[in-house]
Amino acid sequence: MAPLIVVLGYLGLLLGLGAWSRRFFRGTSRDFFVASHSIGPFLLLMSVFGTTMTAFALVGSTGKAFEKGIGVYGLMGSMSGLVHAAVFFFIGLRLWAIGKRNGFVTQSQFFRARFGSVGIGYVLFPLLALLMIPYLLIGILGAGKILLPVTAGALPGLFPNPETPQWAGGIPEWLTGLVVCGVAFSYVFLGGSRGAAWANTFQTLVFMAMGVLAFFLIARSLGGFRQAAELSPQFNSEGFLTQTHRYDSEAVALRENNPPKVIGKYAGEAMDAAGRRPLLARRPTPVELYAQDAATGEETRFARQYGIGKWMFFSYLFIPLSAGMFPHLFQHWLTARSAKAFRLTFVAHPLCILAVWMPCVLIGTWATGILPPLESSKVSSVLGTMVSTLVGSPLLSGLLAAGVLAAIMSSLDSQFLSLGTMFTNDVVLHERGRRFSDRQILQIARAFVLGVVVIAYLLSRIAPQNIFDLAIWCFTGFSALTPLVIGSLYWRRTTLAGAYASIAVGMLSLLYFFYKSGYGKEYAIGPGIAPAAVCVLAAGVALVKVSLWTKPPSDEILAKFFPNK
Amino acid sequence: MSKSAIVFFACLALLVLHQDVWFWDDDRTLLLGFLPVGLAYHAVYSVVVAVFWWWASGFAWPKELEESAELSSEDSKRN
Repeated sequence: MAPLIVVLGYLGLLLGLGAWSRRFFRGTSRDFFVASHSIGPFLLLMSVFGTTMTAFALVGSTGKAFEKGIGVYGLMGSMSGLVHAAVFFFIGLRLWAIGKRNGFVTQSQFFRARFGSVGIGYVLFPLLALLMIPYLLIGILGAGKILLPVTAGALPGLFPNPETPQWAGGIPEWLTGLVVCGVAFSYVFLGGSRGAAWANTFQTLVFMAMGVLAFFLIARSLGGFRQAAELSPQFNSEGFLTQTHRYDSEAVALRENNPPKVIGKYAGEAMDAAGRRPLLARRPTPVELYAQDAATGEETRFARQYGIGKWMFFSYLFIPLSAGMFPHLFQHWLTARSAKAFRLTFVAHPLCILAVWMPCVLIGTWATGILPPLESSKVSSVLGTMVSTLVGSPLLSGLLAAGVLAAIMSSLDSQFLSLGTMFTNDVVLHERGRRFSDRQILQIARAFVLGVVVIAYLLSRIAPQNIFDLAIWCFTGFSALTPLVIGSLYWRRTTLAGAYASIAVGMLSLLYFFYKSGYGKEYAIGPGIAPAAVCVLAAGVALVKVSLWTKPPSDEILAKFFPNK
Repeated sequence: MSKSAIVFFACLALLVLHQDVWFWDDDRTLLLGFLPVGLAYHAVYSVVVAVFWWWASGFAWPKELEESAELSSEDSKRN
């Protein structure tokens, strides 16, 4: 019951914050969409960081480190620190200035003006919405999956849950999804962008603190940092992967396995693996792992490759480029009070990533030393299992669940708001804007946000469970659109035809690789190249080639977007 | 070469430094007794990136961008 009370308390606090932030709401549509360009450095940093980090930052990073080892931080953490900050500097700052100067609140408005074409808005709007929807559903579904095991046993009479008896009494996924959507909607409805910025700041601080707290408590339970680092599985002289310790929950202490417990075997080409700890390096190491089926007790074996290939490690840089085309991030950029407000975000964003990802990657690596091998579909439970096994405090389990919900909702609220903003501005106001007063525009925007929340929730009830695999494909799709925004901002010669070609080639290459992957599974090209690399390069080449073949943009447009050249 | 271009090329140099092939196979060295060297490198790298952006946002600050945005908001207030 304690975890449920903590989570309910957290959600109550969030609602209170939403109601409080309403006092600062100026009652105009501009304040609802972009907080009247009044957000200062700290709120901007927290809302931008909270928006770019999802539940993956806590739960996914731990699980991925359990699966691949320490390389996960370099692959996704430090790379995002560099690329995101570069995107903010080279794209975000420029879009903020253009958006503020011209009164834009959506990306479609910018592209329509930049290319002097209404049509490009109608092409981009559904594409951006389609790429965002799976990303949004992942948050709603993820919240349900996290809360169910944490609250198991809380209300057995109300939620007997015969399908998964081990979690009887836990809050069902449909209810968590409904509550999370309702809370995020309420503060977005009340305060718009400003409400989302305040709520995101609070939530970002919560999930950062929870990750660090879990890290120190788990390290203490494992006998300190040095002892924890020594737990990582090691190959013996016969090529078997072994765990030297186990965690005795009853004695609340680590116990030595004598002899070491065999959990797998080296499955690569002949080499001397003896003594190696494959999860503490990045060299790809194929292994066959042995696990026990929880229901039948039978041993199952499955293949895994620890480490990360060099091509994958390099080409992954194209994934965080997706931030350049996230509609919700675009909207947060526009809330900035001044250009100077961005400075803290450039500098602190990589450090915030370090503070959240590093502890989680270490927890995931330590977990390989004491938990049995888990198949990929189950690794998202690693952080929760480590907290419940090693810390054993229902209060902390509740706090951690609240932290994960915070990470989810800090993205979800911005996504709801940006989709509502896009529907309002790119469709309704673009067609019949002059007919409405500002008060009516505000009402329309709120109605659209409500519509988006309801549709998203209903979709989450029918979405296939493997939708989580789609996350990386959504990012790849947004990345494939990034050459368009770069060309639009920096290359005067970029034409409308070039823009259409870039969109078409980017999306077609995305669809091709999506099909080749078996509709959403993990996929790499050739020696291990991320599909995003090819999509971005192909879209960029199409933009340049077709732009050069077609008539340059008019002087009027160039004077508007490149006034100093 | 413009200041923005210098920042862009410095970013590319940082991208090269991100590919720390020299620590690829090292699973034995633990810094401070607990931090695998391949992970410690990227932790330090994140700090270097933060320092880099602190420097870049001073060195190549796009004043003209800021001024044009501020000017237009003054205009809209007047109108």
